[in-house]
Order: sequence, then C-alpha cells, then structure tokens
Amino acid sequence: MTYPEDNHTINRRQFLKRSLKAGIAVAGTSLLGYGLYDPTGPVGTEDGHAGLVRLPSFSLPDIGQRMSIVNGVDRVASINLALKALGGIETFIKRGDRVLIKVNAAFASPPFLCATTNPELLAEVGRLCFKAGASSVTVTDNPINNPESCFTLSGLGESVRSIGAGLLLPRDTFFKPTTVPGGTLIKNWPLLYTPFEGVTKVIGIAPVKDHHRSGASMSMKNWYGLIGGRRNIFHQNINDFIKELAMMMKPTLVVLDGTMTMMTNGPTGGSLSDLKATNTMIVSTDQVAADAFGAELLGKSALDLPYIQKAEAARVGTSDYKSLQPIRAQAG
Amino acid sequence: MRIVTARRISQAFFLLLFLWFCAVSSFGQEWWQLRGWPVNWFLQLDPLVALGTILTTGSLYSGLVWALVTIVLTILLGRFFCGWVCPFGAMHQLTGFLGKWGKSASYKVGINQYHHWHFIKYDILLFLLAAAAGTLLAESIRFAFTYSPFRWILLAGTVSMVVFAVARSSSDGKRAASVGLVLVAVWTVLAFFFGAGQMLVASLQTGLLDPIPLVTRSVNLTLLSLADAYPQRLFASQRHYEGAWVIGVMFFAAILLNLRRPRFYCRFVCPLGALLGLLGRFSLWKITKKADHCRHCKLCEVNCEGGCEPAATIRTHECVLCMNCLQECRHGLITFGTLQSSSGEIASPELSRREVMTTLLSGVALLPMLGLSGNSGQNYNSSVIRPPGALPEAKFLHRCLKCGQCMRICPTNIIQPSGMEAGAEGLWTPILNFRIGTSGCQLNCVACSFICPTAAIRPLSLDEKRGRNGFAARGPIRIGTAFINTGRCLPWAMDKPCIVCQENCPVSPKAIFVREFFSTIRGGLLEIKKADGLNAEFRNAGLTPDQLATGDYYLQSIEPGEMDRRLIVGNTVSLVTVREDQPFLKPPKPGAKFEIQVRLQRPQVDVRCCIGCGICEHECPVSGLRAIRVTAENETRSRSRSLLL
Repeated sequence: MTYPEDNHTINRRQFLKRSLKAGIAVAGTSLLGYGLYDPTGPVGTEDGHAGLVRLPSFSLPDIGQRMSIVNGVDRVASINLALKALGGIETFIKRGDRVLIKVNAAFASPPFLCATTNPELLAEVGRLCFKAGASSVTVTDNPINNPESCFTLSGLGESVRSIGAGLLLPRDTFFKPTTVPGGTLIKNWPLLYTPFEGVTKVIGIAPVKDHHRSGASMSMKNWYGLIGGRRNIFHQNINDFIKELAMMMKPTLVVLDGTMTMMTNGPTGGSLSDLKATNTMIVSTDQVAADAFGAELLGKSALDLPYIQKAEAARVGTSDYKSLQPIRAQAG
Repeated sequence: MRIVTARRISQAFFLLLFLWFCAVSSFGQEWWQLRGWPVNWFLQLDPLVALGTILTTGSLYSGLVWALVTIVLTILLGRFFCGWVCPFGAMHQLTGFLGKWGKSASYKVGINQYHHWHFIKYDILLFLLAAAAGTLLAESIRFAFTYSPFRWILLAGTVSMVVFAVARSSSDGKRAASVGLVLVAVWTVLAFFFGAGQMLVASLQTGLLDPIPLVTRSVNLTLLSLADAYPQRLFASQRHYEGAWVIGVMFFAAILLNLRRPRFYCRFVCPLGALLGLLGRFSLWKITKKADHCRHCKLCEVNCEGGCEPAATIRTHECVLCMNCLQECRHGLITFGTLQSSSGEIASPELSRREVMTTLLSGVALLPMLGLSGNSGQNYNSSVIRPPGALPEAKFLHRCLKCGQCMRICPTNIIQPSGMEAGAEGLWTPILNFRIGTSGCQLNCVACSFICPTAAIRPLSLDEKRGRNGFAARGPIRIGTAFINTGRCLPWAMDKPCIVCQENCPVSPKAIFVREFFSTIRGGLLEIKKADGLNAEFRNAGLTPDQLATGDYYLQSIEPGEMDRRLIVGNTVSLVTVREDQPFLKPPKPGAKFEIQVRLQRPQVDVRCCIGCGICEHECPVSGLRAIRVTAENETRSRSRSLLL
C-alpha cells in the first residue's frame, strides 16, 4: 500500500499543526495547574472575612461637650428651643452637609406607644437640617421587628417622606464587618455601614425607655440598631456591649426625647399605662451625659446603669452631666 | 502481546487496585488496613474533580495535581482513561460483554452504533460545571461592577462582541465563543439591572455522576457493607449507611443498563467521559483507518465499546480506545496512529449553540433556585453536623465530592450520607448521626480530615482538633453542642439516677456536670407506725422489698428537730432500715412524717467545654429520641452559629 507523496506532506503539516495545538493545550493546562496548585488546603475553620470597615468620628471637637435640657409638652417647640440654646442647628449642620439620622425604629408599633422615635420630632430635626443647608438627610435603622413594618407603623417612614429626606432600609448588602478598636466584643462583626458612606454628620434620636436587660434604652443603646448578624448574643454582656457601641459611634449630636418616658414593660411597651409624661427634651454632643440625665427621668441614677460608668471609663463622655452646665429652658 | 490483551490486563489491574483501595480503607489492626495506602489516587486522577474544584475554589488542592497526568495523556492520546484505567468503565465493559454473550454479530453491530443521544453526557457535563461556576461568575461580575466606568465598558464591549460573533459565526470555535459571549452578556445585563445579589452561588455537584466518586461511594457504602456482612473482616460490627439503598439502586441501574447497550453509562451519562472527549480534540494519536479500500464489513464495530463508528466517519470524542476494532479488522486497516482517518473523522461533539446555552444557563440558575430554601442562612438545619475540620458550609459544598471516603474510614460509622437534610445540594455529603454507629466522634481521631481528597474536611492535626499546644488559645474544634431534653432525661423527668452522659463525656474538664437533687418519690410521704434506732415501720407503705436498698434512697424526716437525711440500706413492705452509723437520735414517734427521697444527679451541659462529639448522645439510655442530643449550634466553623460571646 502506497500513498501519494503530497498526501504525506499534508499529513505532516497537519500533524505538526495538531502537535502545536496539543503542545499548547498541555503547556496551558500544566501552567494553570502549577498556578492554582495549593499544597496545604484551607486553614482555619471560621467563616472568612474580608475588608473591615470602621466608622469615622462625626463629632465636632471645636464645639466641645454641650448640652441643653428643655421642659415642655410639645416636642417640636422643645427641640427648637433646645437647639436654639446651643446656638441653633447651624452650629452643627453647615451648608452642603450630608446628614444621617439614626432613629430608634425597633418595633412595629404605633407612635403613641412611644416605643420608637417620635415621627414629628424626626420631621422637625430633618426639616431644620435642610433649613441649615444640608444637601441630604437620610434616615436609617436596623430594627428588631420587620423593617418595612417598623417604619410604616411607627409613622417614621411617612415622616421621612413628608420632609423629602431619604430612607435606607437595612439591605443585606449594607452590612460590612467592623472591629471596634480597644473593644473585646465587636470584632469582625457586621455593621450597617453603607448608609454612612459619604455622610458628614450623624444625629441620633432616641426615646427614653425602660429596658429589662440593660436598665434603660436611650442614646447609647440606640446604636444597637447599627449592628447586624445574630446580635442578640451580645445580651450575655450587655453593659460592655453598649459601651463598645458608644466607642464605635461618635455622633455629631444626640437628641434624647423624654417627653414621654416608657417607665415599665420596656423596651416594647404596648400600653399607655407604661408611659409617663416627663416633658423633657435633651440635646447633647455628649451621649454619656445625655443618658446620665435620662436615667433620672426613669427614676434611676447614672450609677444604676453600669454601661454609663463603663463608657465614662472608656472616655466616651462624662456621666456628670452637670459639669457640662447644661442650658435649661422652658418651652411654652 | 496483542494490544487488546494489554488493555484487558490494564483494566483488570486498575479495577483490582481500586477495589483493594476501597477494602483497605478500614480501620483496624491488620497489616493491610489503612497504613498510608494512596486510597484517593483514583479520585485524584479524575480531571473532573480537579476542574470542578478549580471552578468553585480557584485552587488545585494537593494530590489533585495527579489529574494533570490524565489531562496531558488525554490531550495526546484521547480517552485512554475510559478504556484502560477507569474502574467503573471496566465494570461496564464486563457486564456489557456478558450482555452480548452469544448474540449475533449483526445484533452487536446494531447496539454499537453511535446514537444521537450520546450528546446528553456533554449536556450533563456543562450543566454540572455551570452549577460549579456560579461563585466565579458572581465574583467576576462583582469585581467588574465595583469599578463603575468598567461596567459601561464591559456592557458596551460585550454587547458589540456578541452582536459581531453571532452575526459572523460559522465554525465551531466561533460558535462556542459566541455562546460564551451571549452567556456573559445575559449575566452582565442581569447584573446591571438587578445587581449581583447573593443568590448567585456555586456548589460542586459533579460528584453525583462523576464515575470515580460514584463508584467509590457505591463500593464503599453498599457493596463492601454487604460483602462484609458475614466475614466481618473489615469492621467488627455491621456498617450501616442511611439511605444507602438509593446509592445502591443507582449503581446497579448503571451496571445493568449495560445489558441493553454496552457501556451505556459511558456513552450516555458519564460527564468525565464527555470532558475527556473534549480534551482529546487535538489528540496526536488516535484510531484511524489507513486507506479507503475498506469493504465495510463492519467487523470493527462488533465490539466497539465507545459506539464511535470506526467503519464510517469515526467520532474520536466517543472513542474509549478499547482497541477492539484494531484486532477485529481482517485487513489490518485500522491503526492507532497520527494520520487522519481516510474516511474522515469528527473530533468534537455536535452541540448546538442553543443547547449549550440552555444547559449552561440552567446550570448556573440551579443553585440560586435551591438557595430559595434559605437553609444556608438563618434557616439552617441544626441537625446537620459536619465532621470536625469541615469548612464553613458554603465552602464545604464547594469542595465535597460526595465520594463517601470519610464515611468509609470513620471507625465509628457515624459519618453518614445525608439525604435532603443539608438541602438538595447537600445530597450524600457527610453528616454525623450519633445513633447509628458504635460511639460518638472519637476524641483522638482525625481520620476523616486526612482522607478527604478535596479538603472539604481540611486536614487537622490532633493538636488542632483538641486545642492543645499551639492551638490552646483557639480551643478545641467544636462540631456542635449537646442539649439536654429534661422532659426525657431519667434524673430530670423520671426520678431515676443515671448520668451515663456525664461519665462518658471525654473532655477534661467534663462538659457535662451534675447538680445533686433529692426528690421525694411518688407516694413517698409516709407516717411512722413504730420505730427503733435504725428501723422505721410505716403505715400503708406498700413498698417492694429492697426497692430502696440501691444506695440511692434516703429517709428524710419532715418533723422539726430531726432534719438529717439518712441513707436507706434495706426495706420490706412496710419497714425501712437506715445506715447503722446514722441512727435516729431518738426513735420517731408513731404518726411522725417522713419522706422517702431519691438522690439524683441531674446532668447539665457547660457550653464552654462541649465539643459536640456526641458520645453522650450515643450512650444515652433513652434509646429512641435521646434525652441528650447534639445539634450544630456553636460549631467552630460558623461564627454566626456561636452561642457565647
């Protein structure tokens, strides 16, 4: 059997072509295998964590620790007076500021039960921010009950809409791991971070409430709503945890609403009989001082709330609110 | 020696070697039992294992580099692995041979023709690889979309390329390229509008049908468990595997289908065969026909294993290099060589663009669909306890082949193939069942972590497992936590002393501790009829003689001034005798009231010490639903499941 010579040539050329392709395939595979070779396998058993985030400080050191306490039944009048006592909201919010307001929207309950930040108070603070020239006002919280239900039933969602502010419900993708420097509990833990991106000022607005585990839920404990993950685990050491929350979040100012104080059955409340008219509005750049005063509205003292002592020891603020010489005023 | 004989020897050798590796994967004192045999070698040679884990993890783990040998040889020679090495292939060839025994040549030629449904295996391959590629895809999309100018470039570029490729495509290569581009485009557009959410994930499902994991699992869990039932040479007690019958049925179905068509599984199902077929596209050596003065007697197709039609236009991607055609051809026309076959050859399977795209898309979509169950997050099944060293669940599913090696090697037989407990994607992955085996997870054993071929269970040193020496700060590996069901526990619910769990707790200090509690027995409030220093006779006592003599019962006066509790050493129907060194200070008066109490030690779990080994659950005398049970809470591998700060 013979083959024509040219057939051989074609075959030879084809064979060389094929050899080249096969060679490239072999080399490619080997290179890939070499590049991806992992002799040891994965180490460590915990879920991986990438890129920790950290909240910057939003406080204004030039202004220092300041506080005002206003008596009055009307929240809108009280907050105006309380801010005016500190030089107006313009002291804190400048033209072009991007403001984030952290409310306490924890429960899907109506505003008159005062388990959540009062919607009229939120609207007024937001309105004042816009008036001072804020380029944006955003409201957020990672509440305990279903977020949509919380913002709807508490009236806070409607309040945000009414002033043209933005509402950021806690999406899964908004949470980034954080570690609090000097802390022992908040380590590589999901934080509601995305709402803080691009923000220049942060205001916390919280009601004064009874809280069975920690004694009281006020300005500092309000930051619990910035934490994601299975955060209830922190109830095992709530006082150190609240201290770390306060170490993590340094706000521009806090508004502590003691117009109605939830005296019993907190932090959910659920009945008007849980509430007491204490007719007080506190604005402070020092969250520890605000809570130290708030404790008195609950018939307690700062010494009854270990987290206040711990936060003070961590130099977050002072429990001796009187040392700030709070400006007192009477509304209406 | 004829080449077919060589091939038969090779097949027999590798089949026996495989069975030997399976058999020696047992834990015992014999010289042949697991002493460093390379029992994962076949899994490591399997390129589909390597490719699947590369797609899911971006790395090639340790011994899996053996796959490069197979890949390189396949690129040069074609599917030699199928015809010469694969133990499952050898089983098929053997049963296929029996199926055609005594049949006419024309019948055999008939069943060995190429069937257009051979393409299904390529679809299976693409589907499984697409399911494994989800995370890679999501990562690329997320990466691309992190840089906002890039997303516009990507979108514009991809769309124009796709338009160009679809419009101009003619050859296979361009077709394949355009298919790929269309895919990217679809996902880019989806991601552009909906954001690359967390639903786009991957898991390794190749092991369901990949022949090496399949045959390993089947032989390990079913064949050897049955074969060893009487001789019990491999394990001292019968091995049990939950739901092993499903694995067995699948295995035997695959084997018996050879009676209809030889190498049915290889031709229609096998995703590894499909992969090797694609890899062999440029193979230098192949089966070819020398020149076209063939008489078309079709003798070469009588015993053709691949159904690749060497008489006509040979389909090299289907050829398993059985070399039967070489031997059968009376004219010596067929050779294994480098020349083109004179009657032409088809190097790649004919897959339509539409088909490939549909398959890939549905493969990628499978995992998000399964993910809708939400059991990878908060709704996780706490009864899924993974072996110590198992990676966090998502990463675990990126690697687990469902090969059953860990289930085989586990000396206590507690590692079991899961059914739907770990979700559909977790089918046949290892979970622990502390009721089925001979004990719980042995404190000083790391066998499963060492045998795992893909590090889904990563190799642990004893020090790391136990949390000793360099690992003391991190503590021992916990696989779950024991919880006591006080409604079922004997000392808690039934006034019966027990604490078997406490005694068997292997960690030091023990994770199970007890609190002493004296409980008045039912009808145990009695009134004295008469008494002396050591004996008290009660009215209407109705005791069973010596019922109280077990050393657990005490007599407690509830009269003021006589409060000591005395150990009972014996009793009759109405008379109770106390310990001789604990006599009554003065004999109780008739009418005085006493309680008969049982001393109980009620177990409690110290969650800081419990490692979830399940020995307590295994030993618990409540035989059905145990009174102490381990669930996955607090397992080391998942921080979100921790119980303590």
